[in-house]
Amino acid sequence: MSRVRVLVGTRKGAFILTADGRRNQWEVSGPHFAGWEIYHVNGSAVNPNRLYASQNTGWFGQMLQRSDDGGQTWEAVSNEFKYDGVPGTHKWYDGTQHPWEFKRIWHLEPSLTDADTVYAGAEDAALFKTVDGGRTWQELAGLRGVKGDLWQPGAGGMCVHTIVLDPKNPNRMFVAISAAGVFRTDDSGQSWKPVNQGLKSPFELPDPEAEVGHCVHRIALHSADPNTLFMQKHWDVMRSDNAGDSWSEVSGDLPSDFGFPIQVHAHEPRTIYVVPIKSDSEHFPPDGKLRVYRSRSGGNDWEALTKGLPQKDCYVNVLRDAMAVDSLDPCGVYFGTTGGQVYVSAENGDSWSPIVRDLPAVLSVEVQTLQ
Amino acid sequence: MIRVILPYHLRTLAKVSDEVELTIDGRATLGSVLDALEARYPVLRGVIRDRLTSQRRPFVRFYACREDLSLEPPDTALPDAVADGQEPLLIVGAMAGG
Repeated sequence: MSRVRVLVGTRKGAFILTADGRRNQWEVSGPHFAGWEIYHVNGSAVNPNRLYASQNTGWFGQMLQRSDDGGQTWEAVSNEFKYDGVPGTHKWYDGTQHPWEFKRIWHLEPSLTDADTVYAGAEDAALFKTVDGGRTWQELAGLRGVKGDLWQPGAGGMCVHTIVLDPKNPNRMFVAISAAGVFRTDDSGQSWKPVNQGLKSPFELPDPEAEVGHCVHRIALHSADPNTLFMQKHWDVMRSDNAGDSWSEVSGDLPSDFGFPIQVHAHEPRTIYVVPIKSDSEHFPPDGKLRVYRSRSGGNDWEALTKGLPQKDCYVNVLRDAMAVDSLDPCGVYFGTTGGQVYVSAENGDSWSPIVRDLPAVLSVEVQTLQ
Repeated sequence: MIRVILPYHLRTLAKVSDEVELTIDGRATLGSVLDALEARYPVLRGVIRDRLTSQRRPFVRFYACREDLSLEPPDTALPDAVADGQEPLLIVGAMAGG
């Protein structure tokens, strides 16, 4: 029988949750790297036992950890993330220019074809690549060349938080940056272009339709249709049907179009999930009700998924990297909260149950489907 | 022989359970001890001092013989009691509450 392995990054360590394909009885391993912030743990699609973890503290900085046995043992492989050449400057909170300074790795995206190749999204915003399993990293500096001097940190920092690889075009990749927007490369990361046409940010930018500067929270695609992208922006849920060349709003009848994560069903390319949050000022669910919303039509028409989720007095948040889907049938959907719960639905989101209730605040959730 | 006591998280990273003993050629300074420590445990490069600038990370402190040496330049000679192994050099994660 298939198994699932859920990789959870939290404010105080990593946890690994495992179950068989029924997904109703779970074993919990951890905390790994106890006391450290684990922004992201992710596994290779080529070799599922090869895991990478981003480990960080304010005291001792960044460390990149690697496992070759599915997270039972780990090796600290590198913490050297050096910007290419003279880093230059970006826009600072007061409008002045500020030097690029490395702070942490937010997101790790292993290659779809090589377990030793990984992309890492950094704060201050930059994209790094390793081809030797994380021992050495080189910046793909062309990204910061796309009006990087105009990028500006939001309250959460200025970071590459999303990296999406096109499964049908190995030369194409998307990244999302807060607060800069979405960028696409069609030559394996050498050159990039902003793909933000159609985004509107009237409350965040002096020019609401600026080419860069938008606070994109997360983008996602389905492997069967990689030209269709879905986005949860600071405000607005958006869709692009042309690989990001233009975007249209699909927030439709959501109770709030503010939120952080967005995910696509494993087997239905037009079925997507979001978790509405009340506002940018109040980072918790509207009315104290934790509701995942599902659209089966690529947006606009949404249904609330509430069964098994708290429907009163719930004031947690769900962060951008804290939602994932497995590839079983029915599709499993997972998300973690800042209150330390990790929920699973083994039936496409129709009902939910907590795997764990009392972890530290959850920063990221990934899931591996194992044979 | 120089004795160095690491904070918990760095002992975990370096996979040591107790204090570390280092041999330094010549006069022991803060800089030479940190160089020797990082040479013995490469995983500690960048977590005590910035990799590029060699500056102490802001929330790391160096104590010895009841003195705070954190702001001393790296070529500062360590106290005799540290240089001859009677007292350890403490590498400390600064206090942070909340």
